Amino acid sequence: MSETTGTATGEVRSILATDCGSTTTKAILIELTPEGYRLAVRGEAPTTVEAPFDDVTVGVINAVTEVQELVGRTIIGEDERIICPRQGDAGVDLYLSTSSAGGGLQMLVAGVVRTMTAESAERAALGAGAIVMDVLASNDKRQPHEQITRIRHLRPDMILLSGGIDGGTTSHVAELAELIGAADPKPRLGSSYQLPVVFAGNKDAREAVDDALQNKTALEVVDNLRPTLDEENLDPARDKIHDLFMEHVMAQAPGYDKLKSWTSAPVMPTPGAVGEIIQTIARQRGISVLGVDIGGATTDVFSVFKGTFNRTVSANLGMSYSVSNVLASTGLDNVLRWVPFDIDESELRNRIKNKMVRPTTIPTLLRDLQVEQAIAREALRLALIQHKDFATELKGVRKVRDISEAFDQSGSGATLVDMMSLDLLVGSGGVLSHAPRRVQAALMMIDAFEPKGVTTLAVDSIFMMPQLGVLATVHAPAATEVFERDCLILLGTVIAPAGKAKGGAPLATVQIDLPDGTQEFSIGAGDLQRIPLPEGQVRCRITPAKGVDVGAGPGTACERKIEGGEVGVLLDGRGRPINLPTSAAERVEAIEQWIQNLDLYPHD
Amino acid sequence: MGHAYTPGLKVSAAAEYTRSRMLPIPGEVLVRDGEAVQPDTVVARALLPGNVVTSNLAKQLGVAAADVHALLLVKEGDEVTADQAIARSKGIFGIGKQTVRAPSTAILESISKVSGQAIFRQAPIPVDVKAYIAGKVTEVVPEFGVEVTDRGTMVQGIFGIGPEVCGPVMIGTDDPTRPLLPADIKAEHAGAVLLGGSIASIETIRKAIETGVAALVIGGIDAAELKELLGFDLGVAITGNETVGITLVVTEGFGELAMARKTHQLLTSSVGETASVSGATQIRAGVMRPEVLIPGDVAEIEQTAVDTGQLTVGSTVRIIRDPHFGSLAKVTELPPEPRMLDTESAVRILTVALPDGQQATLPRANVELVDESL
Repeated sequence: MSETTGTATGEVRSILATDCGSTTTKAILIELTPEGYRLAVRGEAPTTVEAPFDDVTVGVINAVTEVQELVGRTIIGEDERIICPRQGDAGVDLYLSTSSAGGGLQMLVAGVVRTMTAESAERAALGAGAIVMDVLASNDKRQPHEQITRIRHLRPDMILLSGGIDGGTTSHVAELAELIGAADPKPRLGSSYQLPVVFAGNKDAREAVDDALQNKTALEVVDNLRPTLDEENLDPARDKIHDLFMEHVMAQAPGYDKLKSWTSAPVMPTPGAVGEIIQTIARQRGISVLGVDIGGATTDVFSVFKGTFNRTVSANLGMSYSVSNVLASTGLDNVLRWVPFDIDESELRNRIKNKMVRPTTIPTLLRDLQVEQAIAREALRLALIQHKDFATELKGVRKVRDISEAFDQSGSGATLVDMMSLDLLVGSGGVLSHAPRRVQAALMMIDAFEPKGVTTLAVDSIFMMPQLGVLATVHAPAATEVFERDCLILLGTVIAPAGKAKGGAPLATVQIDLPDGTQEFSIGAGDLQRIPLPEGQVRCRITPAKGVDVGAGPGTACERKIEGGEVGVLLDGRGRPINLPTSAAERVEAIEQWIQNLDLYPHD
Repeated sequence: MGHAYTPGLKVSAAAEYTRSRMLPIPGEVLVRDGEAVQPDTVVARALLPGNVVTSNLAKQLGVAAADVHALLLVKEGDEVTADQAIARSKGIFGIGKQTVRAPSTAILESISKVSGQAIFRQAPIPVDVKAYIAGKVTEVVPEFGVEVTDRGTMVQGIFGIGPEVCGPVMIGTDDPTRPLLPADIKAEHAGAVLLGGSIASIETIRKAIETGVAALVIGGIDAAELKELLGFDLGVAITGNETVGITLVVTEGFGELAMARKTHQLLTSSVGETASVSGATQIRAGVMRPEVLIPGDVAEIEQTAVDTGQLTVGSTVRIIRDPHFGSLAKVTELPPEPRMLDTESAVRILTVALPDGQQATLPRANVELVDESL
């Protein structure tokens, strides 16, 4: 990441950033104030990549026009372009944009071994913000003709081919390249250009890959993304994917050539930009972060554990277009377990399908809202399971074990996602950002992700992480300041002991230095309590029962600072995994009690 | 604000519609600009490159990949027939020779010197694109296809399954508020586009499939029965390729829902005429709705509220979420400022008068425009 980019006038005072989504183009204006960089205003307008406009910049200008009107100064020139760099009071110093319009970046990845080079390639593509349509591998059990049929059928925007550590197999890599060549794949967005293929595999196989693909695709070669078994080197492949995204893919989308000529830095795929901001915050604070963006069609999960960044896209888990798929994936019982009332199964199925075909409708009745939030819990839970499976240590790494580890079955490839060591959980997307009460967002995230020990909770206020992500690549200080002050809404902290106490004893006692004095609380099994605590850090001492862990090890007390926020502190004694009573009547009673304790919903 | 953009489903007796009929790859266009076509006219044809079959010759011959070419009995580019000998190893002192035979009738496209893999390309696969609707060719896109335009009745549904079909419109029930029953399906409905009522159960749909009904147009369908019919739970509303033996067009939604009066009347007045029906639905960017299209003499195109998308005081709307799901109502107020719902969400709302005179306050997102008077 580069440091602050200077402008003609030196200081960056005004920054405009847009995110061109599939349906809406969002614009934010950031200005330098005496307190630092702050969000000034935001505007939005429908995205215009389809007929009758066929030009993404129309939506950009419409969204920026709203910004211009709200801020009361000129940003758009008479030539209908954004004035950048600034001319006196008119215009902005930096203009940046992200985009997921036109379906985002859709990629096919290939590698020799599914759990090694192919998985590393998948990580590189996902990290670059792509939707991975399929992963081909020499050992994926499909016959070559089936793989060729699949490549032809998919029509991706780009292919990432990896395979072989440097000095390793060349014949398998050559075979994969030959399959791609035989399929003669055509790009999704028109047949007027050759499909970009990035080769990031064994350097000894470059000639063979070149022979197979040079005349049929726009082949680009970068350093091997898995040069040795023990090492991943994803950056060259990710950077090349970003370059080609703009150069080949988005250049085919209407109006992008014009947009590209306006921006101060390359246009980034939206999820790639969100990944940037999550990584920036983890690096700057030296913490582990889990971020989730739950949309209408997809749910993205981002994480940084032990300094390693991972992103996954659960392509068909979402709250409107994909809502029915959440039900299909998790089953009715898993949704109903979060609902504090009886509901006819057939009626619920019809209700969810009606949301699928009319995705923009919103719940009017409280019960409807509760059902939607129950579905959200399951979408988030399933997305995290997929993320945990993917965000792992490198597989295939040779480990030296001593005698004490000889019987330990956890080989290479263990998940990096450790909910006990998680410091910050950030939620984004309509169902979380726009939940009528912030405590609803907090509980949806806790129920779905089951953080253990002590975890800070936050939500993205108006979903501006994409714009801040692209800003982080050219002006990190501004991105961080706005992220912390205007984007991130701190909800507070959840304290969730893991383990069981003997004889019905409390799981832990918690002493918190509240503004009006220190108070002690006891977390009993099955409890869920809320303690108001305004934003700011206070000291907290937690003493777990024997065998119960709150982050310092079983039975070990800890003292640390915790964050307050709009929700405060949640003491969660429901166990991990959360123990919901099996009898329907007891479950409803327990949920009703938690609703009351947390003041979760308006009273009837 | 006095109006707002609200989408809706088009239901009109005087519509003009154009359907794009394109090949997936370049090919040959078989009709001319201005030519009249019928639904089954083939308008464009292409030859898809044949399927690929692979065979690793180096492994089968037991030699290094670089040595394969010297053992070939045919050349790259030759056409080979299934089981034809294509390579033979030398063996040891002429003994133990390995012969490799062609896995399929195909062209031997290439043999890799790195992997020893041979790629055989089978015969090209012809792909035909039909006109789907009756009408005139209004645009020719060389090598790819045409646009066909016509005028007549157009009914969009909310959801459908199944491919494009064509058949005469017939009536299953003349009451849009009652379910279509198995007993309503008669032998003479074979090949027809059959008009149903508020819902068709899985028994009714199965009877229709047995009878050979081409398409069913119904008000609603039960989600659990749809799952049973398809054999899986439909997760995302992207359909059109189902092969259950019938095309379904659902006009209102999931559950038992009376078919809109105007929809039922329009289709009833077209009995005996040939309709083109598609179940293809895509509720994503580039939205597609299932449809029933019936050619007719239309002098003037009807401009409907749905075309403008303008919601104003006095507009007729259908309520598309509980409470009052399925009811038609008239807009009485469009306040500009957001209001708080029972859920505590602050959203932009409207007030409507229901058919019984009751007033209701709803989110604007929960109504759609309909071209119907109350």
